[in-house]
Amino acid sequence: MSLPDVSVQREEESNPAVLPKQAGASEGKRPTLGKATFLQKKKWREEGSAMVFIGPFLILFILFIVIPVIAAIGLSFTYFNTVEAPKFIGLQNYVNLLTQDNVFMMYVLPNTIKFSLIVGPIGYALSFWLAWLLAQIPKKSRTVLTLVIYSPSMTAGIAMAVVWLIIFSGDSAGYLNSMLLKLGLIYEPVQWTQSPDYLMPIMVVVSLWGSMGVGFLAMLAGILNVDKELYEAAYIDGIKSRLQEVFYITIPSMKPQMLFGAVMAVVGTVQAGVIGVQLSGANPTPQYAGQLIINHIDDYGFIRYEMGYASAISVILLLIVYLFSKLCWRLFGEKD
Amino acid sequence: MSIKSTKINPDKFHISQWKFYVILLALSTFMILPIIFMFSQALKPMDELFLYPPRFLVHKPTMENFGDLMSQTSTTLVPITRYLFNSVIITGSVVLLTCLVSAMAGFALSKKNFMMKKVIFEANIIAMMFVPAAVMIPRYFIIETLGLTDTFLGHILPLLALPVSVFLVKQFVDQIPDSLLDAASIDGANDFVLFRKIIFPMIMPALATVAILAFQLAWNNIETSVIFMNDENLKTFAFYMNTLTSKLENNVAGQGMAAAAGLIMFIPNLIIFIFMQSKVINTMAHSGLK
Repeated sequence: MSLPDVSVQREEESNPAVLPKQAGASEGKRPTLGKATFLQKKKWREEGSAMVFIGPFLILFILFIVIPVIAAIGLSFTYFNTVEAPKFIGLQNYVNLLTQDNVFMMYVLPNTIKFSLIVGPIGYALSFWLAWLLAQIPKKSRTVLTLVIYSPSMTAGIAMAVVWLIIFSGDSAGYLNSMLLKLGLIYEPVQWTQSPDYLMPIMVVVSLWGSMGVGFLAMLAGILNVDKELYEAAYIDGIKSRLQEVFYITIPSMKPQMLFGAVMAVVGTVQAGVIGVQLSGANPTPQYAGQLIINHIDDYGFIRYEMGYASAISVILLLIVYLFSKLCWRLFGEKD
Repeated sequence: MSIKSTKINPDKFHISQWKFYVILLALSTFMILPIIFMFSQALKPMDELFLYPPRFLVHKPTMENFGDLMSQTSTTLVPITRYLFNSVIITGSVVLLTCLVSAMAGFALSKKNFMMKKVIFEANIIAMMFVPAAVMIPRYFIIETLGLTDTFLGHILPLLALPVSVFLVKQFVDQIPDSLLDAASIDGANDFVLFRKIIFPMIMPALATVAILAFQLAWNNIETSVIFMNDENLKTFAFYMNTLTSKLENNVAGQGMAAAAGLIMFIPNLIIFIFMQSKVINTMAHSGLK
């Protein structure tokens, strides 16, 4: 790492009065009476200056992450329609969610499980595989291909939904339809994004396509930074194939990046859930085919204004995300 | 020791790498086709958009769609340029402020000692698994309580709480040797001087990464427009794009404009990433979670 020109030293020369005091403080660990209060003061000054630095983030963090999570938990025990004040109803929302909400049990939960289990692990494995492949080629071509593979995730979301929509356009002039018609694979145009049969597979493909994000970059960096001598030592010790190399050397040496990538994959998968609504242009999605938990929250929160119930679903979602992340921690975390 | 020494991160092309190229090129093609399609669609003149059967690539590229897009107004009579202006202001502020806030927090978490430091760092790691969309309802009430509905701050402030960026900066500051800071502080530099003259210049790669993340978050952000803003004049370009999707089915004329708008969303992301990609990889090497 190259050190920047430290111009602080020059500044100090013009202001020599500061020097003896500071030097005394850093050496004076012996608690003589006068110095004790001085150290005390210094400690509080340290504390204050640290607060100045951490303060802005801390305030935002509390305001937009901590309080909302606590508030969501609180609201989840109430009936709240935004007009009247929240009314405490205990666990009723959770009971309803698990026993009364047919849509949740019949569509939302199975869809979410299906979507997450496909997009999460496959997206993650694909990120690692692509990163590993990229590490096998020289820097110039790697840079270009990394850019290509990363670029879908930059616009994953609304801009891309538009492009996919044009491709999946439902009339015979739609790009996919006209191509399949010409090849004779289908006989009449398919309403891709409006069809309960096709919406989910399309969501999966589009999400996977856009899932090579931050986690992918982290894993690429991790693979490139594995100490080369480890591989050489491993070959002397009798590792034979590249597959063994990956499992015995590469992955164990980059566990922290693997974990970072895994956590990002879990969070990314949950957030990618909105794609169903973007593609079909409706919440709820046609016959709930693409309805995931995250859409269910919006449906109840901002369409039906049942904020208490929506909050209960949010809490469940946050719990699921947390549990899955903990699972990743089990797999890749370093025990200490 | 080159009996079978590793081929990871090779210096130059070797014929044995062909299989990696084949797989990578195949997958990259899948990745980039929709993007090429977006370019091509955005540049198509009207007669090519209506062509039947449709053709993937544009033959006579034109900027017509961009011109049409710019002169559009939304159904509520807000001109497109207004949405774009809002997006630029909001994204610019979010990028600058996120860099500043996370640089300061990363510095404090890495090099300073203070009460609750461990707790805050742990909380930040847990918060990396946080999904903002799950708590839009409480956030909405907070924004309303603070009186930020229908203000630019209502767009900007919620996006600044970005735990990943603080984490990345903190990991990067960890690499700076304490001795360097100690030397400077014995020479009389206070924390602000340390931060400005030593930390800030040294964590530029991490900040480049944070800037990219913040940019993507803010530029693609729809939620704050949908939920916190009632005034159409304060909504963002991404929000406008979202309204386009509902009108796309069987509306060929709108497709060219929609693709042009998609391109406007995409290009800034691309440019920023191209300029900063080497720094990003450098930062990501320190991104490990332990």
